[in-house]
Amino acid sequence: MSASAAAGGTVGHIRHVLSENPVTGLSFGLFGLLVLTAILGPSLVPYDPLASSDAALAAPSAKHWFGTDNLGRDVFARVVVATRLDLGMAFAAVALVFVTGTLAGVAAGFLGGWTDRIVGRVTDTIMAFPLFVLAMGLVAALGNTIANVIYATAIINFPIYARVARTEANIRREAGYIEAARLAGASTLAVMLFEVLPNVLPIMMVQVSLTMGYAILNTAGLSFIGLGIRPPTAEWGIMVAEGAGYIVSGEWWIALFPGLALMLAVFTFNLMGDGLRDIVDPRRRT
Amino acid sequence: MSQPPLLSVEDLSVEFRTRSGTVRALEAISFAIARGETVGVVGESGSGKSVTAYTVMRLLDDAARITSGRIMFGGLDMLGADAGTLAELRGRELSMIFQNPRASLNPIRRVGQQIADVLLRHANVGAKEAGERAVALLAEVGIPEPSRRAKAYPFELSGGMCQRIGIAIALACRPALLIADEPTTGLDVTTQATIMDLVSELGRARGMATMLITHDLGLATERCDRVVVMHAGHVVEDAPTAALFAAPRHPYTARLFAATPRPGLALSEISTIPGGLPDLRRDDLPPCRFSTRCDRRRDACDAPPLPRVTHQGRLVACHNPL
Amino acid sequence: MPQPAVSAPVLDARDVCKRYPVGGGGLFARGPVPLLHAVDRISLTVGAGETVGLVGESGCGKTTLTRMLARLIDTTEGSILFGGDDLATVPAARFAGHPARAAIQMVFQDAEGSINPRFTAFDAIAAPLRRLNGLSGAPLRARVERAAEQCGLPLTLLGRYPHQLSGGQKARVGIARAVATEPKLLILDEPTSALDVSVQVVILELLAELKSRLGMSYLFVSHDLNVVRLICDRVLVMYLGRIVEEGPAEAVFRAPAHPYTRALVDSVAVPGQIREGPRLRLSGDPKSPIDPDQNACRFHGRCPRGQDVCGSVAPPEVTPGTGRRAFCHLPLMEHA
Repeated sequence: MSASAAAGGTVGHIRHVLSENPVTGLSFGLFGLLVLTAILGPSLVPYDPLASSDAALAAPSAKHWFGTDNLGRDVFARVVVATRLDLGMAFAAVALVFVTGTLAGVAAGFLGGWTDRIVGRVTDTIMAFPLFVLAMGLVAALGNTIANVIYATAIINFPIYARVARTEANIRREAGYIEAARLAGASTLAVMLFEVLPNVLPIMMVQVSLTMGYAILNTAGLSFIGLGIRPPTAEWGIMVAEGAGYIVSGEWWIALFPGLALMLAVFTFNLMGDGLRDIVDPRRRT
Repeated sequence: MSQPPLLSVEDLSVEFRTRSGTVRALEAISFAIARGETVGVVGESGSGKSVTAYTVMRLLDDAARITSGRIMFGGLDMLGADAGTLAELRGRELSMIFQNPRASLNPIRRVGQQIADVLLRHANVGAKEAGERAVALLAEVGIPEPSRRAKAYPFELSGGMCQRIGIAIALACRPALLIADEPTTGLDVTTQATIMDLVSELGRARGMATMLITHDLGLATERCDRVVVMHAGHVVEDAPTAALFAAPRHPYTARLFAATPRPGLALSEISTIPGGLPDLRRDDLPPCRFSTRCDRRRDACDAPPLPRVTHQGRLVACHNPL
Repeated sequence: MPQPAVSAPVLDARDVCKRYPVGGGGLFARGPVPLLHAVDRISLTVGAGETVGLVGESGCGKTTLTRMLARLIDTTEGSILFGGDDLATVPAARFAGHPARAAIQMVFQDAEGSINPRFTAFDAIAAPLRRLNGLSGAPLRARVERAAEQCGLPLTLLGRYPHQLSGGQKARVGIARAVATEPKLLILDEPTSALDVSVQVVILELLAELKSRLGMSYLFVSHDLNVVRLICDRVLVMYLGRIVEEGPAEAVFRAPAHPYTRALVDSVAVPGQIREGPRLRLSGDPKSPIDPDQNACRFHGRCPRGQDVCGSVAPPEVTPGTGRRAFCHLPLMEHA
């Protein structure tokens, strides 16, 4: 009985958050749309994103909604198909940094001492560089592969996760329930993983949403300058790069639509952050 | 009472709009405080004692709505007064000290400056004189080396010291009424006693009235001329302190007193109060909000209105008083 | 009625110290690092079935002392004898695996803060049973429900999160968790100070009932002397890291020997009773606990009775009555 009541409370709470802030609802809707596009996109588009046609540089029309590029490829198909790759790479990078950064930060904040110093030095070192330049350097040094773009994106986001997790773990170090858990026989590791971490995770979920946007921008940015993904693969960054040269000559659609898709994705994840926090934090429920 | 009281609260009702319904936080409460009098407002959490204080100060937040009543302070209708008049009044005629003294001070300003700020705002003095009077006030509230402590920040001072600063700020302009909201809760017992000594002493010396909000019946016994007992947003009893504790008339007062540990009593001699506070969001609140917990309940208790009988200077809101 | 202590003590702490290095140190520091003496050579016993009160102002070291006795932090010196072992020799970080872990439990002042907001009441009560008794599944559920029932916590509330419980209910969860493993010694750190009077009585009655039912001993930390007087057999009065007076609670509070105890008692307002006569009041704040003078009374300088000797000679032990001790040059030896 109490379990169902609690579940009803959760649904009710989510409904309340959404009704109180329609922007949150909008961002969740857009997020759903993006995910569906990533999953179903390639099987829905009317054209092969890689196939050239005679109609090169055609303006948007009923036949080609977003027009065609210099090789006659359908821009709409390419934008839709690229969703999976862009979101997938950003998601992989964020998942990686979410796990490593959160664990490192929680350990630093909760254990203090040497752990804290080491994690602190690592984050300081990363943050000493302009982050995009660091990502460029890493991909150039490690090799121009998709995996390395993901690693580089994860590394430049590491300080954000480690620092937020460190602060959140540190303020919970003295919490009463930490003492209670130790009285209950929990080892230091158990306290860290089962008492502190669950309290830090909701805050980190908000970070996930915020950094997803930047991660998308970062991976696209790398391919824009020719690192990571290579043509002819459909990817927003490459498409913007390829289309950039045609803006002056009037073929604006080649760069504009992938650019808009990129902007929409970044925008969606940023908006989701606040709504997500309201939903996952149990103390904001009544 | 020939002279009109300094503060009179009449038939005051306050509601809070919340997501889960309207909380009827205060319902038709009335009491008065005479000049120089110390009146205790006692009750458990949720009784409405702090809401009362904030309503009198007109510091309620936007979710609150005053649905009926009148608050007269020294001839001024507090509920009709405009924001400017109220701002002028607060700090000069009407002051407040809070439960958490450190949190009620600005952490990044020196305490001497914070006292001087009040003087500059209300007392029509120059910066230099304000500074001097701040130091004099620190001495008056018993802070050693006042000119040195005036330069201290709140975090450099103990909790007891911070409350003394709070008192100095509250008393800077010689208010006619001091509202003290649990002023010693959270302080050490020895510090509590000295702080309350200070409040009583300054109150007496300046002829200031005090409204002491507390959950501590001991404090109320020792410091108050009269005690107003609140339960679930009602004033259930209002009587001179000695008479109230000698023979409580409202069943809640009696049970609250019987539940309080005192020297010479064993645990078995202390009784509990059955049940809990009613949910103040309910639409069908009984006229007497204690009736569900009361062992003296009669059929008449379920019929409105709640009687508010004044007899020999004591008010009891009960159909079947002791 | 409080029952007198019998047989060997459950807990016997001897000359327990906790010193923290403060500031100083560093590469170019000369001389010894200044030490904060949070707890300075405290000896105490808790007898079987006894309730011992511990009073003192904030910063006097009672929190440090209780955390050492609960084996949450290490001692700097001294021994903690419990069930024949010296627990002070086991580092606090490794005490989680010690067999005595289940036998020493604690109830915290801030019931809300002591329950992880991500977990339900059930999880909170189950945690020590899972880890210390190795229970799971149906036996675990049975033990959790038994503990909840013993503490008067309705079973329907077990699925709730702390923020969905009232203050009294949270206090019951904290107590149920502490008694779930049936400890021998329960350290109660101001368990009722956040509660309303009406709830406080119920919790105190519950604690009294659990003590006799489960055969526990209590170390009861509180700033409310009226409550300590009500439920404690014996009381220890701490001031700045040291015990200044101890003895049967009623005798100590009726006729305090140490001026600090006197000031404490005089500061307490008694409901419904105006006391006559002069009261002892303290001015100022306690001295610094950093490298205190071992040849002086800690209370010297704040003590209204203090004389020159108090600042140069450590106070002697005096015996104001049966089972009582006080450390003072000028004790108040009045007899009630």
